[in-house]
Amino acid sequence: MTTTLLPTGRPRIDHLEMRQIVKRFPGVIACDHVDFDVRAGEIHALLGENGAGKSTLMRQLYGLYHPDAGEIFINGEAVTFHSPTDAIEHGIGMIHQHFMLVDELTVTENVALGMRSSRGPFLDLDKVEARIRELSQAYGLQVDPKAPVWTLAVGECQRVEIIKALYRGAALLILDEPTAVLTPQEADDLFATLHQMKRDGHALIFITHKLREVVAISDRISVLRGGRLIDTTPNQGVTRAMLARMMVGRDVLLERTHKPLPRGAVRLALRGVSAANVTGQPALRNVTLEIHASEILGVAGVSGNGQRELAEVVAGLRGMTSGRVEFDGHDVSAWSPGKRTDAGLAYIPEERMHDGIVQEFSVSENLMLQDYDHAPMSNGILLNFGEIAKRGRELVRDFNIRTPSIDTATRSLSGGNIQKLILARELSRDPKVLVAAQPTRGVDIGATEYIHQRLLDQRGHGAATLLISEDLDEILALADRIAVIYEGRIMDIVPREEATAEQLGLLMAGVTEE
Amino acid sequence: MQRFFRSPRLLEIALPLAAVFIAFAIGGVLLWLLGANPLEAYWVLISGAFGNLNGLTSTLIKMTPLLLVALGICISFRGGVINIGGEGQIMMGALAATAFALWLRDLPGWLLLPLTLLIGAVAGGIWGAIAGILKARLNVNEILSTVMLNAIALQLMNFLLRGPMLDPAQIAAGTNVAQSETLPKSVWLLRLAPPTLLHSGVILALILAVLVYFLLWRTTIGYRIRTVGLNPSAARYAGMPAPFYIALSLTLAGAFAGLAGAVEVTGVQHRMLEGLSGGYGFSGIVAALFGKLHPLGAIPASFLFGGLLVGADKMQRAVQVPSALITAINGLVVMFVVASEVYVRRARRRAGREAAEASLKIEPNVHSVQTTAP
Repeated sequence: MTTTLLPTGRPRIDHLEMRQIVKRFPGVIACDHVDFDVRAGEIHALLGENGAGKSTLMRQLYGLYHPDAGEIFINGEAVTFHSPTDAIEHGIGMIHQHFMLVDELTVTENVALGMRSSRGPFLDLDKVEARIRELSQAYGLQVDPKAPVWTLAVGECQRVEIIKALYRGAALLILDEPTAVLTPQEADDLFATLHQMKRDGHALIFITHKLREVVAISDRISVLRGGRLIDTTPNQGVTRAMLARMMVGRDVLLERTHKPLPRGAVRLALRGVSAANVTGQPALRNVTLEIHASEILGVAGVSGNGQRELAEVVAGLRGMTSGRVEFDGHDVSAWSPGKRTDAGLAYIPEERMHDGIVQEFSVSENLMLQDYDHAPMSNGILLNFGEIAKRGRELVRDFNIRTPSIDTATRSLSGGNIQKLILARELSRDPKVLVAAQPTRGVDIGATEYIHQRLLDQRGHGAATLLISEDLDEILALADRIAVIYEGRIMDIVPREEATAEQLGLLMAGVTEE
Repeated sequence: MQRFFRSPRLLEIALPLAAVFIAFAIGGVLLWLLGANPLEAYWVLISGAFGNLNGLTSTLIKMTPLLLVALGICISFRGGVINIGGEGQIMMGALAATAFALWLRDLPGWLLLPLTLLIGAVAGGIWGAIAGILKARLNVNEILSTVMLNAIALQLMNFLLRGPMLDPAQIAAGTNVAQSETLPKSVWLLRLAPPTLLHSGVILALILAVLVYFLLWRTTIGYRIRTVGLNPSAARYAGMPAPFYIALSLTLAGAFAGLAGAVEVTGVQHRMLEGLSGGYGFSGIVAALFGKLHPLGAIPASFLFGGLLVGADKMQRAVQVPSALITAINGLVVMFVVASEVYVRRARRRAGREAAEASLKIEPNVHSVQTTAP
């Protein structure tokens, strides 16, 4: 068999195939008999929502996880990767979403890092630098080999990562959400590089949930949902709407059992709110929303389109670049999270283990996290343990939290019970404004139904609820009105009665009706 | 058997004791290498520290500054910050207390003594607060800043004890030993069991241990400190100003070390002199860790380490081995305690994993197969 060489001088991977890959984590199947393949000279997009299993699948290809079942073939030969080193030796490279670079070192030093020097114990940085210049010339990857990494922009860091992978002889490159941190201009540059690499015979796997990019750049598209491969299709005649439908699915439409309530005054309002994400990129663009008393406004969208920032802005955890937030007509933009809580805000955070609880604390200590400094829990200084225990037991009973006792460490509870704990703490204050971010993500079915019922009860008590969910079924089941967010913009707000999954899917894909 | 060793509770008690035992076993080898009989040396050490009234009171005297420093360490570690600045804070507390007591020497003792101790605590607190504010405001690593503040405090002490605070009697005699004038008797801590040197500072330290326990677990301030220490982002979400509590933790840690300095001055030395901090700023960290960062656990821990310091001196005299060996044994104890922590944590995590089935961190949003009815 003749091996074709790439311009980097390394053999091509003509065909890589993953067959019937299964990967289980405790309580979940992350990959459920997935078939996937990629050829030389092809860009294969792997599409799916957060948690659909795309990163897990690719981590198995890069040797970070080991499949519980299934096989990987390179050019028809079965291979097993015990570590990323194995994968690299077989010509596989991965560009992670978070760059693996040492800030203080130069580009050259970063590329040389972990590689054997051709001069034994002495560095061969001049050779590495020459090679970097060759690669950057050949692939249009503009970068200064002598620049320290901390001086580089995000897009440049990514180019360094690509050069690093090419330097190590990558014939197949996995890119994990490569455009998530890029400006549109940087993304265009990246696409040009990818096209160049494709023409030269590299195989490319592009993980994303951005539909526009998929349609723009890929040759074939595979969609994962809930750990299963939904379809692999050539990128011909495929529309964003079709992909959106495949991604979110709509097989189990939950029946809506509650009736609309007469809605009250506007309780929560966002007026022209813009905000940046952690990397400083605009995440919310001129968002205006009004939520009335006794109303649930569902925010639907593919993850990463500004949902997290929206919740944090309302909770007071993220600053705005413009606009304002109002509770009951009062401008609360400058208020601290604590002051907003005192004014009747409750917040069920998306990252519940990280933001919602202190894992080491007992159940009762976590239950008092938002009102420990008020009577009857304390007089502001001294904690009243009798009251704390009494209320802990009441909430554990009322919210059906499965725990051996109120003194049990919270970390040992199941995900569903931790979420019920947070729900108990937040809803027992009878909030006027409720922000629920992914309230049932990763929670079992029983707890999901219970949480839904509690959210509806709170609506009955007059709360204005901002429900943020990637689960369209959840939004259709609970919301009175549905706002669709796409790239930080509210595309449209539709009453539940008029909403259809198709229409929402189109809006989530950024397609507006002409 | 497997079950037994996996029980996190049991491990938490058994492992520190095992750590001490192993440290002593290795220390025994060192003693043997130095040509001493390990059993004889350890017998002298133990009987010297705990075996008679003289040894026991000496142990309690050494325990006092250790416990005070350890209490501050408990607060700072619970608040998620590490205070390595105990030495400097002790010096600052002792210097300020001495200067204050000499300055207002004519005040009646019932007023001067509490004020002197308070001034010591405030001075140590300020020294801790510098690191605390740097950490809270500019995210300066508190380990580095407290270590550097130690160096500054040391030089300040050298300057003061050789200059402005130098004992006039030393100048007159021309000996110029770097120490201050003797404090007025009115500010000396009460001797509890004359003729031994045991002073009432030990009672103060014990009362404060209970108060620190109360602060950390019975007050909203302690709850906030612990929340900030364990999960700053949850603290922020609960409306707590995390930077303030980070600064407060280091301030309190400094205040306790400063108080230890003031107690050493008023209870033991009755003047300020070089070497007064005696390494308590570091040994106190060991005692706090050994006491599981619990103020009440710090009591037996500092008693033990106080005893080791006393016994080491006796051992040095009896079997002619350098007392610095005990520093090595202390170091070994810390090493094994810290190492055993990793073991306990692993056991605890294992227990937690067994209890919590669904893993949320790895793959959220995938439908869980676990179905429990609500």
